[in-house]
Amino acid sequence: MVDLIKRAKELLESSAVKVVIGYEQGTGNKTRALFVEKTEDADKLIFDSRCIQNLAAYVTKKEVKEKGKMAIAATLPVMRSIIQLASEFQVNDNNLLVLGITPESNLIEFANLVEVETFVHQYQIEIDARNKEMLDKLAKMTSAERWKFWVDELAPCFKCYACRAACPMCYCSRCTVDFNQPQWIPVPSTELGNLEWHIMRAMHLTGRCIDCDACYNACPLSIPINLLTKRMLVDAKEHFGNYQPSLKGDNLMSTYKPDDKENFIQ
Amino acid sequence: MNIDKRLVRKDSLEKLFDILKRNSKTIYAPFTKNGKSTFRDTESFGAISTGYIQTTESAKDIAFPRTEKLLDFSKSKEGMSVKGTDLNDIPDVILWGVRPCDASGIGELSSIFNWDYKDEIYINRLSKVTVFGFSCSKSDEYCFCTSVGGNPGNTAGSDILFTLLGEEGDYLAEIITEKGLAVVDLAQNLFEKTDISGKEKFLAELPVKFSHEDIRLKLDKFFESKEWIEQSLRCLGCGACAYVCPTCACFDIQDEAHGKKGSRVRCWDSCGFSHFTVHTSGYNPRNVQSARWRQRIMHKFSYMPERLSVYGCTGCGRCSRACPVDMNILEHLISIQEVTV
Amino acid sequence: MAEFEPKIVAFVCNWCTYAGADLTGTSRIKYASNVRIIRFPCTGRIDYMLLLKAFDEGADGIIVSGCHPNDCHYTSGNFHARRRWIMFRSLCDFTGIDTERIKFSWVSAAEGAKWAEIVNTTVASIRELGPYTDYKKVAKYPEKEVIHG
Ligand code: SF4
Ligand code: SF4
Ligand code: SF4
Ligand code: SF4
Ligand code: FES
Repeated sequence: MVDLIKRAKELLESSAVKVVIGYEQGTGNKTRALFVEKTEDADKLIFDSRCIQNLAAYVTKKEVKEKGKMAIAATLPVMRSIIQLASEFQVNDNNLLVLGITPESNLIEFANLVEVETFVHQYQIEIDARNKEMLDKLAKMTSAERWKFWVDELAPCFKCYACRAACPMCYCSRCTVDFNQPQWIPVPSTELGNLEWHIMRAMHLTGRCIDCDACYNACPLSIPINLLTKRMLVDAKEHFGNYQPSLKGDNLMSTYKPDDKENFIQ
Repeated sequence: MNIDKRLVRKDSLEKLFDILKRNSKTIYAPFTKNGKSTFRDTESFGAISTGYIQTTESAKDIAFPRTEKLLDFSKSKEGMSVKGTDLNDIPDVILWGVRPCDASGIGELSSIFNWDYKDEIYINRLSKVTVFGFSCSKSDEYCFCTSVGGNPGNTAGSDILFTLLGEEGDYLAEIITEKGLAVVDLAQNLFEKTDISGKEKFLAELPVKFSHEDIRLKLDKFFESKEWIEQSLRCLGCGACAYVCPTCACFDIQDEAHGKKGSRVRCWDSCGFSHFTVHTSGYNPRNVQSARWRQRIMHKFSYMPERLSVYGCTGCGRCSRACPVDMNILEHLISIQEVTV
Repeated sequence: MAEFEPKIVAFVCNWCTYAGADLTGTSRIKYASNVRIIRFPCTGRIDYMLLLKAFDEGADGIIVSGCHPNDCHYTSGNFHARRRWIMFRSLCDFTGIDTERIKFSWVSAAEGAKWAEIVNTTVASIRELGPYTDYKKVAKYPEKEVIHG
């Protein structure tokens, strides 16, 4: 991406930012995150369809943040994450500049996060066809079949927490699974421990997850945990209307409407 | 014991599996789910994955399971009662389809569990395992066993090592230990006498990419290097690399209690996690990812050779394949070798 | 075989349902004794993880109850709780946790009779469903010795 390289160099040269977060060619056919601090390294920046890691996971990382003002090459999911993070006071215009990459792969620079938000709001979060099909398939199962499906799917999970580490929204310095007084979730990988860990994860991401699939892509065992957050996304829309990450900070699960509808409370 | 070489015909492998099953052996073999493979208790030959360069998970699970109960406890009016694991309950297991880098990793893992403290459970589990190694006829860009003293036909750690002899699908079986011999005794006629000797031409070719001795010497003066920060900036601090590694041995001990009774369990842990070294006071001596990444490499290439006379890496390349952010250990080791201190 | 007696845990808010349950008692309304009541300051404090913990520890059914909408002692605790229940229930449904075993209700301090009815119908329906063996089986660890991949 010539534009991106050029812009990165300008930003670093003028000291407008201290680090530019983007992608570089990795080993094999992989791409990976690159942190450009010296102008000459900007030439390594690339962008193509393989660049799917959600780089927003780095803007809350201590070692990266400490470098000073960051610029980030941000695809649509990354921009959505950033808006969500901004609404949770994790980033702001003073510490982050967004170098947007449009779905057509064009570079678009934003003066501030409000502009990023406006841009992002032009697009809806759409669940891809393959996963939609999986969700439909699961919806048609009986409750007992779904239980079996999840116990089997989650059994291999060895709790490496790569899914958590890769998710921009999982930035807590101490996660519920790391607490032992009280201990909410069994620490070892057990059927129960795995199930509770993933239920907890999905609940904490409800209304915050922007469906980037970084968690699934990070899982070394390819466990389809993203189905949990996808289903929450679909259901949240159904119950509370369409929502998008927004700077107003009215996060879905930290707000309410007096007339929220349900049909199960007696 | 001298290594005895036999020929095992293509079709005999399945027969061998069935005979072992009839002799009520538990067989752990590669099993694939969601495109990722791990060793599982396998009932049928057909369920075994084939054609893998390396399984996603290592086979260490067999002696060092991800979750293992150490003891049960219960509390009553009479006081506390504790019941330890019954070591006689540990089953005989055949570990089927292990690559040489995993088989040799067992030795490295054992050196940790036999260091100052002899870990009875681990030792007993391992004593019940017979390892069927399978040499590598293919490798990929993440493999580097030859750089850490191994090779694609390495017999270390295997009780029997099978090497595929080209297209026809027959195998050379090298019977390495008494344990291996005991298996052969159950199926004598499947292990035919042969005069085949050279297996090298059937093995993957894997040039040496660095010298682990050089790395060890280099690391002596490398602790304060900036390289650790450079390398680890993209590391997310998860446990993927440690959990798939055949030689990573860190564990946590947890009490899982329900009311007045419960169990003490051992479960995997990783030096990559930010909380791994947090003291009770809240102080964390490894408070940045670069310190944790450094620990991973130092432990394997400096501390283990120094204290246990073995390296903590067999070059299987799993950590590089599993890492969500392409922290490629081979690439990093090479750059450690090249960087000037 | 002795008839199955369901174990039911009720998570209730102090200000309404707990007072309502008290009224059920003082009004001498008869109702099933299978329920262990746990008192909370407000439904807003009833974390969904607590419900899972109840199942872990062997509950066959759960009742969650608090003040009617607009009656929360802390103004909006129950509105927040309601959103969470909606999403939690849908996640339970998706993971195959039996939603029939979790009853949500609003019971005010004056509704002693309603509380008795909630308890009685819940006990009856859980009795019908039987013990929650699916969850108990998964929670049976640490009886298992070892967990391999
Ligand atoms: S939960 Fe998964 S899909 Fe959702 S934001 Fe986090 S990484 Fe992305
Ligand atoms: S990344 Fe996969 S294996 Fe690791 S904790 Fe998440 S779901 Fe489990
Ligand atoms: S450190 Fe990596 S390459 Fe070395 S043995 Fe462990 S997983 Fe294999
Ligand atoms: S090197 Fe990769 S797998 Fe290991 S902790 Fe870092 S991100 Fe996770
Ligand atoms: S005080 Fe009863 S629900 Fe808030």
